[in-house]
Amino acid sequence: MNLNATDLCLTVDGVDHLRNVTATFRPGRLHTVIGRTMAGKTTLLRALAGLQGVDSGSLTRAGEDFLRTPVWRRDTAMVYQQFINYPHLTVFDNVAFPLKRAGLSRDEIRHRVQQSLASVGLTDFGKRKPSQLSGGQQQRVAIARALARRTGILLLDEPLANLDYKLREQLRDEFKALFSDQGDTIVIYTTTEPAEAMMLGDVVLVMHEGRILQTGTPQEVFERPATTTVASIVNDPPMNVFAGRLKGGQVTVAGFQAAHVSAHLAELSDGAYQFGLRATDVSLASSGVDGEVTYVEISGSETFVHVVVGETPFVVQLEGIHDVDLGDLVKLRLRPDRLFAFDERGALVRTPSHDLVSVEGR
Amino acid sequence: MAQLDIVDVGHAYAPGAEEERWALKPLNLTFESGKTYALVGPSGCGKTTLLNILSGLVRPSRGRVRFDGVDVTALPTKARNIAQVFQFPVIYKSMTVYDNLAFPLQCRRWDKARIDAKVQQVAEALDLHDRLRQPARRLTADDKQLISLGRGLVRDDVAAVLMDEPLTVIDPQLKHSLRRKIREITEQFRPTVIYVTHDQYEAMSFAQELLVMKDGRAVQQGTPEQLFEAPSSTYVGYFIGSPAMNFLTVDHGDGPFALGGRPLSAAWDVPASTLKAGEVQVGVRPEHVRIVTDPGPNTFPGRLKGVSDHGAQRVLEVEIAGQPVRAKTPRDQGVPVGEEVLVHLPRAKVLPYADGELVLRS
Repeated sequence: MNLNATDLCLTVDGVDHLRNVTATFRPGRLHTVIGRTMAGKTTLLRALAGLQGVDSGSLTRAGEDFLRTPVWRRDTAMVYQQFINYPHLTVFDNVAFPLKRAGLSRDEIRHRVQQSLASVGLTDFGKRKPSQLSGGQQQRVAIARALARRTGILLLDEPLANLDYKLREQLRDEFKALFSDQGDTIVIYTTTEPAEAMMLGDVVLVMHEGRILQTGTPQEVFERPATTTVASIVNDPPMNVFAGRLKGGQVTVAGFQAAHVSAHLAELSDGAYQFGLRATDVSLASSGVDGEVTYVEISGSETFVHVVVGETPFVVQLEGIHDVDLGDLVKLRLRPDRLFAFDERGALVRTPSHDLVSVEGR
Repeated sequence: MAQLDIVDVGHAYAPGAEEERWALKPLNLTFESGKTYALVGPSGCGKTTLLNILSGLVRPSRGRVRFDGVDVTALPTKARNIAQVFQFPVIYKSMTVYDNLAFPLQCRRWDKARIDAKVQQVAEALDLHDRLRQPARRLTADDKQLISLGRGLVRDDVAAVLMDEPLTVIDPQLKHSLRRKIREITEQFRPTVIYVTHDQYEAMSFAQELLVMKDGRAVQQGTPEQLFEAPSSTYVGYFIGSPAMNFLTVDHGDGPFALGGRPLSAAWDVPASTLKAGEVQVGVRPEHVRIVTDPGPNTFPGRLKGVSDHGAQRVLEVEIAGQPVRAKTPRDQGVPVGEEVLVHLPRAKVLPYADGELVLRS
């Protein structure tokens, strides 16, 4: 049974939290909702769960008007950013709590609790109290409690946001297996991280300022971002978007001739465009567009070099750890075959030649 | 700014505990004047204990602490002339931004003109110069945190700036810009900085050198590049980098290493006679593993078990001789067809480990 949201709107104190949100959530699929903080992701989940009313719009499941269905009858479990557990109960009792309230038999409760604790890797932790667990383990308890209810709808609101990056990495891998194992459940998972949305989602919904900007497979939203805003949200670091001109087979940026036009842009008429280029498709080279390094960031295994060209900021992603100093004068090489073209209002016009789905080595 | 020396310092919170259980096992460290250091490691690794010993909040069970050669072990915090930034901003709520910054200098009886010049200079660097007359309590958490830092920077004679997870209460979106700001400021004022965080990403983008801690021990000190390229132990290889470094158990007889019966050359020779009996592994970063079409040296048949789409990159999960290996590949390289693949481990990037420790080049 699909869950259908149509034109959901919510305004609080003059600020739009949900703007005409229309989406279909399907059983057996994991939907990731990606957006920056304050995009409306949490509000959307709360509205689906019935914890938050809306001003207008409809929400239906199998013909039932969900907006008139009280919270406890929505067949929905939710996991929050903060690890919420009952501190005075053991891990086992935390997971069993909603099942007891639902009046299940003792055998059934024990069976379900053991099964869901096993699925989150906490089989031997049933007798502990939440305070004796690490943050990652506490969040697993909350997830186990949600899973044990076997609801038709499972909502997860940035469940990894408060964990450190090594733990996020590990749980993300586990989630992939865990959620693909949930049968006909509708799973909706919010995140601010593109890699998480891409890795986990069967369907990705891109949300911004209360609107759903695009819905599609991870491949679709990544390869064919409908707007510059989508392109920025689904890439980490955000896609470089810059104003440029196309003229006589040349792309110019900030007055610099940046690249020769490659085949995929050849049919475009001359004029002003916004171009998009991923951080991985810009490099530091011995010749190219002049820029100045404004900031350098190092992740575990990549270096992000922030460069300003005239007034236009670029981020360059280098594999490995590189020593680049603030204030260095550098030259950027932009890969012409990887340029996305958007019109002046930001709508997608052309994408780079399609990513090869199956290939070689090199 | 001062050089900080830790000489044979160890600490046990429980008196009489055996050394194996000390929160900080005896160690020697030097923090050079004007450099930025990050202490990283999971909770309970001893990083906060070490910071508190430097600040004087904790008197170590043994060893000496020296600032520029002067023994400060017995001195209380206020006699050590250090600046501290904590998880939560510490400001004088009743004062203006200006007075918050000027206060430490007034206490030192600087004359007014000198105070004013210094406050203006620091406020400019912090981007707070247009809000100097505002009450400090009205500022946002990230600006308050800048004031905490600024109060340390106004003092020319401060020995070191100690920061304990200063980004904890900062909104995720602002973390990036505050981190950048703190780095710019420390590059300008060049204080000796010791920064504690559990987030490797934060540590690597901020500090010139990292100290990775585990179970009360300093396991490796080095630049981000050194930790990435040559982790001193399998633990550091796991902790730094995403995904973690691959480790493969290899056979070693009298000749080179072997993996699945095929020879595997490492970056340097490891004569069998120099190895104690025990498990020998080779480590290779996912960024350096390559999928190739042609057989050759250090190239092994593998099976492709899974593909994880991270956006601009994919992580291929491969199995070689029954052992999992991850390869991080650029998106435009595509995904190999079929399950059978050839995996190349570039010799220069293959490091030998015995019993979890890097075998040094002889």
